[in-house]
Amino acid sequence: MLIRKPAEILYSEVTPKAVYVNRRKFLAGIPAAFLAMRAGRALAATKLPGLAKSPFSTTEKPNSFEDVTHYNNFYEFGTQKDQPAVMARNFQTSPWTVTVEGEVAKPGKYSFEDLLKVAPLEERIYRHRCVEAWSIVVPWAGYSLSAILKLAQPTPKAKFVAFESAYQPGKMLSSGQAGIEFPYVEGLRLDEAMHPLALLCVGMYGETLPPQDGAPVRLVVPWKYGFKSIKSIVKIRLVTSQPPTTWNKSNAREYGFYSNVNPNVDHPRWSQATERRLGEFRKRPTLMFNGYGDQVASLYTGMDLKKYY
Amino acid sequence: MRKGGWIKGVVFCLGLAPLAWLGWLGWHDRLGANPIERITHFTGDWTLRLIVATLAITPLRKLLGIPALIRYRRMIGLFAFFYGSLHFLTYIWLDKFFDLHDMVKDIGKRPFITVGFTAFVLLIPLAVTSTAGWIRRLGGKRWQRLHRLIYATAALAVVHYYWLVKSDVRLPLFYAAVVALLLGYRLAAWLRGRRKGRPASTPTRPRQPQPAIG
Repeated sequence: MLIRKPAEILYSEVTPKAVYVNRRKFLAGIPAAFLAMRAGRALAATKLPGLAKSPFSTTEKPNSFEDVTHYNNFYEFGTQKDQPAVMARNFQTSPWTVTVEGEVAKPGKYSFEDLLKVAPLEERIYRHRCVEAWSIVVPWAGYSLSAILKLAQPTPKAKFVAFESAYQPGKMLSSGQAGIEFPYVEGLRLDEAMHPLALLCVGMYGETLPPQDGAPVRLVVPWKYGFKSIKSIVKIRLVTSQPPTTWNKSNAREYGFYSNVNPNVDHPRWSQATERRLGEFRKRPTLMFNGYGDQVASLYTGMDLKKYY
Repeated sequence: MRKGGWIKGVVFCLGLAPLAWLGWLGWHDRLGANPIERITHFTGDWTLRLIVATLAITPLRKLLGIPALIRYRRMIGLFAFFYGSLHFLTYIWLDKFFDLHDMVKDIGKRPFITVGFTAFVLLIPLAVTSTAGWIRRLGGKRWQRLHRLIYATAALAVVHYYWLVKSDVRLPLFYAAVVALLLGYRLAAWLRGRRKGRPASTPTRPRQPQPAIG
């Protein structure tokens, strides 16, 4: 297993570059920020102290917080990338309950506060590759999904894990408007879900998640296309057979159950060989399993990845 | 100055306004996290809007009773070609970086690119023959027949748009409806003309006023 040397300092401990290069802009913004705080409209994000470093973190430069919070695919809150930042603003994420159920010995309901206590929080700087051929680098916060699955104790019959997002009709787009079925559902094979890279994510950039990035708790599966990393999870269900997944139901030919990042298997309508890293001018080659092949390729030994795309 | 000449000036400025707006956004770093995608969509959107505007001139002349609108059709059509060229340039430069091999592969393999490319190519002869000299050389009838290619461009442009979105097809369907309406109007006018035993409607030729088709 390739273990990259982790960065010496946590991303959250240093001033983001965008801030120090724009010192004047930052200073000019202070009065406005102060006013916003006084009006009680300050960001609801809270710091997540004591994040441990992770050997899984990349040393690549993370994208700006601004980019990651204003370029979102979160169809419940609009199908244009700039819409979720606005439409998810009043998303109620507290109180929150995640139900763990199905083929488990110990089903349970977890509040957000309970989730924070399941395992020590780590900062994991992952590459994130969207099926639309763009990519970002994000310092997520959370712990391996396996931690909560182990707590639930899957029965021998459990073979897959099904996930479900929150759906609040009226506050979110209808299925007809978005063109995909809600509530959004995703799934992993149990061994994929147990892989230490699969992250149950409760924060980013050292803070709790903003609504448009999947608050309060989401999945991050860095070797798969972004849509597998389901947002705003309310249900985790251990099941015996492959669960339905939203984009696969919408268009099975274009979006497979596995959806591993693979530069050799094109989307029917566009190439997956290259990607545009946000903030870069030229496209860069896409890496097999998004560069996590050393860790995860063994999960797919003997599988025809062209067939199981 | 010829009567209505100043309106042409206004139309010209309006035609440049989207580009100016795009430039302003770029200058102020307001193109978002993926500026190249934004530029691609922006120029594509305006190409389609201007194609629709060009196609709307003939029906609007009749329905509103303002035959003078014809004066601005060429300019609007050329602006459609202009934004189409920018859209195409964005693709070959910022998306493909002039990698001809990659582009040829793309155009052959990906239906939405093939369709968009065809729509653009069909506009080229129309832009070239948009001058008075070319109308003379080709003769009104033949010129007009050639310029019906824009019907194909409009349809292909909508298909291009429809095929490129992932799931939310509301906007592509809206454009499809508008284009269908504009082409349907022509079909209706043509059928009507045939029933009356007269040649199909020829919008650029002065002729007897007809009752509006609703």
